[in-house]
Amino acid sequence: MSEAPSLQQKNQTPLLEVRHITKMYGDLAANDDVSLSINKGEIHALLGENGAGKSTLVKIIYGSLQPTSGDVYWQGEKIIIDNPAAARELGIGMVFQHFSLFDALTVAENIALALPGKLDLAGLSEKISRVSRDYGLPLEPTVHVADLSVGERQRIEIVRCLLQEPKLLIMDEPTAVLTPQEADQLFLTLDRLASEGCAVLYISHRLEEIKRLCHNATILRHGKVVADVDPQEETANSLASLMVGSDIHTIGDKAASVQGDVVLAINNLSAPPDGPFGVALKDISLEVHAGEIVAVAGVAGNGQGEFFDAVSGEKVGKTAQTIKINDQAVGHQAIVARRKLGAAFVPEERLGHGAVPEFSLSDNVILTRHATGDAIVSSGVVKNAVADTIQKRVSGDFDVRKAVPNPEARSLSGGNLQKFVVGRELDREPALLVINQPTWGVDAGAAALIRQALIDMATRGAAILVISQDLDEIFEIADRIAVMSRGQMSPARPATDMTPEEIGLMMAGSHEKNDQQQTSEADSA
Amino acid sequence: MKLILEKRAFRSNTMALLSPLLAIALTVFFGGIIFALLGLNPLRALYIYFIEPVTSWWSVEELIVKAAPLILIGVGLAICFEAKVWNIGAEGQLTMGALAGSMIPIFFTGWQSPLVLVIMLVLGALGGALFAAIPAFLKTRFNANEILTSLMLVYVAQLFADWLVRGPWRDPDGFNFPKSVTFEGWQVLPTFGDGRVHIGAIIAIVAALVLAFMLAKTLKGFEIRIMGNAPRAGMFSGFSPKKTVWFSLLLSGGLAGLAGICEVAGPSGHLQPSISPGYGFTAIIVAFLGRLNPIGVVFAGLLLAVSYLGGEAAQIDLGVSARISQVFQGMLLFFILACDTLILYRIKLMASNDPKTLAKIKAEAGS
Repeated sequence: MSEAPSLQQKNQTPLLEVRHITKMYGDLAANDDVSLSINKGEIHALLGENGAGKSTLVKIIYGSLQPTSGDVYWQGEKIIIDNPAAARELGIGMVFQHFSLFDALTVAENIALALPGKLDLAGLSEKISRVSRDYGLPLEPTVHVADLSVGERQRIEIVRCLLQEPKLLIMDEPTAVLTPQEADQLFLTLDRLASEGCAVLYISHRLEEIKRLCHNATILRHGKVVADVDPQEETANSLASLMVGSDIHTIGDKAASVQGDVVLAINNLSAPPDGPFGVALKDISLEVHAGEIVAVAGVAGNGQGEFFDAVSGEKVGKTAQTIKINDQAVGHQAIVARRKLGAAFVPEERLGHGAVPEFSLSDNVILTRHATGDAIVSSGVVKNAVADTIQKRVSGDFDVRKAVPNPEARSLSGGNLQKFVVGRELDREPALLVINQPTWGVDAGAAALIRQALIDMATRGAAILVISQDLDEIFEIADRIAVMSRGQMSPARPATDMTPEEIGLMMAGSHEKNDQQQTSEADSA
Repeated sequence: MKLILEKRAFRSNTMALLSPLLAIALTVFFGGIIFALLGLNPLRALYIYFIEPVTSWWSVEELIVKAAPLILIGVGLAICFEAKVWNIGAEGQLTMGALAGSMIPIFFTGWQSPLVLVIMLVLGALGGALFAAIPAFLKTRFNANEILTSLMLVYVAQLFADWLVRGPWRDPDGFNFPKSVTFEGWQVLPTFGDGRVHIGAIIAIVAALVLAFMLAKTLKGFEIRIMGNAPRAGMFSGFSPKKTVWFSLLLSGGLAGLAGICEVAGPSGHLQPSISPGYGFTAIIVAFLGRLNPIGVVFAGLLLAVSYLGGEAAQIDLGVSARISQVFQGMLLFFILACDTLILYRIKLMASNDPKTLAKIKAEAGS
């Protein structure tokens, strides 16, 4: 951070060097002549938009992909890394964005699964406690993973790597799932690792944190290296424009919102957990007015998915009064009935939930609009031409880039598909939009377009409920903010009255009611 | 070196259409090898098996008689499998349909009216649908796997039929043969001319056309496709997974039951211990060979009917067991699934690491 170790020794052999790596998928070059080197003790950032080729490069280094051409050098020796096991043997550890942990097993058991050789659970537990304490990542080896927060689960993945004494640690968007406080703790750990000589390859979108943490940054765009920079000497804006290729679009200020009527009213919504590892919703109340954007902040896995299902009607409740749309009690009615009242929904997962990957875009229009007065279906028969017209209009209005007129959803990039999925709903001019993680895994250009569209929609008088983990996004668009943690929701307060630090603490649970209160409420309910 | 299956970035639509033809070619090729291993002239054997059944009018008629139930069951299963509901018990639903429809001629032996035939067909479809309702209920209520429940119910149905024709439903004037009274007049399906082709063939074609329209053009078809493809998205769209299970099982069961009553009121003319030569199972191959497309199923049904006739011809002319048709059907299903897999995936040969380099690095790391 403040004082980067001197990495300027030119005669030092880099720990890892990739030279002229090219990886082709058909005609598409995911990596095009990419070179990069990392020294011992260096925290090296890999920056780029979605689809810039970061994951491909990392997978090549970790041995899960083989380059089409180009070489990998490890401590000056040319090698072929055949598979992840070979990479681990060399001393390369990786912490993935999506954890591979078994919920029903304990911390120690999960780690034991990844380790070669004979199993000595007692010895291992002792080692886990020691290593995790040493690095400021306290872990209790006998706890079941299901009972841990996402941040703690990430610690398991990190400790799993540390136990193998890695020389190079690859981290893929590690802070995406952390609260600001948890992220601070992670940075301290990484600094400490670097000072001990371990190199870190750090992948992130978050420019501030790269400025804070990393010694060097390699920026990828469309599979090519566009710059190698020292992040200390750059501003967040200059890094962003290198990444996107032009100065990024800034969102226009919202017109001061006029509070209209209540469009969505949630009254004392409680729901039992879906399964042993689900999150129960506890007594959630929230109102969204016409013309305003209300954001629900929170770390992933704190009940946002369950909340979205309850509001959309994919999970139908028992009492009608729990959810009211335009003064109609619909808590007991399913998603189609709610859509007919003017509500529109965009779930978090695009592929397989918001859209069917193998269906064409026009079929995906039918998905949410077969009952909403678009005349797509008349007496049970689907009019594909109508769906196709809507598909073309949405693609045009929301700048959905596609290779053929009506492609399968899976062939679109994440950003383009998200624009389509959001546009499909906004095109209806709904009275209410509920959207979960509107720009998750989407490139900066698409994210800006989507946020702008949401703001414009609210200006035109729609009520919008956004569920998001991205605090920057929330402050950019929200009028009021509520925070969700462990199935509870704080009262929504004006965004101008709140600071990121405050929200961070609430995300960690500072607003939760204590257990006794909860039990007594559950009894009375 | 190791072999891995790697998902293809793009799937070829041409190959998807060619896949059944490729599978047929491979089946014929390996069938020839099997005949050769049996010491027969493979070309002559293949001619007798595949070509001879379509060289005379009589055998073409027989082909249609055999294809009709395969198509009728196959289109229902195509819808079912498209929704990823695995009804493996069409043979049992066929049997129960046949028994339900046969109640009329057995209990009201003398009743003659066009209405009789209509009631028999309706009862047949109902019997099959009700029998398919058992796995549907077990699936939606207890999440029991429908592959197991529907398959096991086949044996229940077959043994029940066996008991009926040997016991309570045995023809009193039948010299103790295990068969029911012979159906007559309006109790049997009208035939074309004096041949054996009956209106079951028309019913099969109509069913294929109706279901092709439903699958491609209606919201119900959209529901079937989306629930089979991405159930989570289907629920987001507003459809219920349980309703889809009920619909597809009742539909395919009803059509199998209809095929069953057409079989006993058609070619057989009475109930006997064995109602079908495995049409309900062969129809599974028909559905896949027809790409789960009702029109494709019509062609696949005709082809699989050849394999039945060919098996009989091979037994008569070549002296091989008629079971050879099951061998061919099995090979065909194997090759079609293999071809489909290779359309979506490619086999890749991975080069191994250079052991010397690795050893060297390990040595350095140790020092």
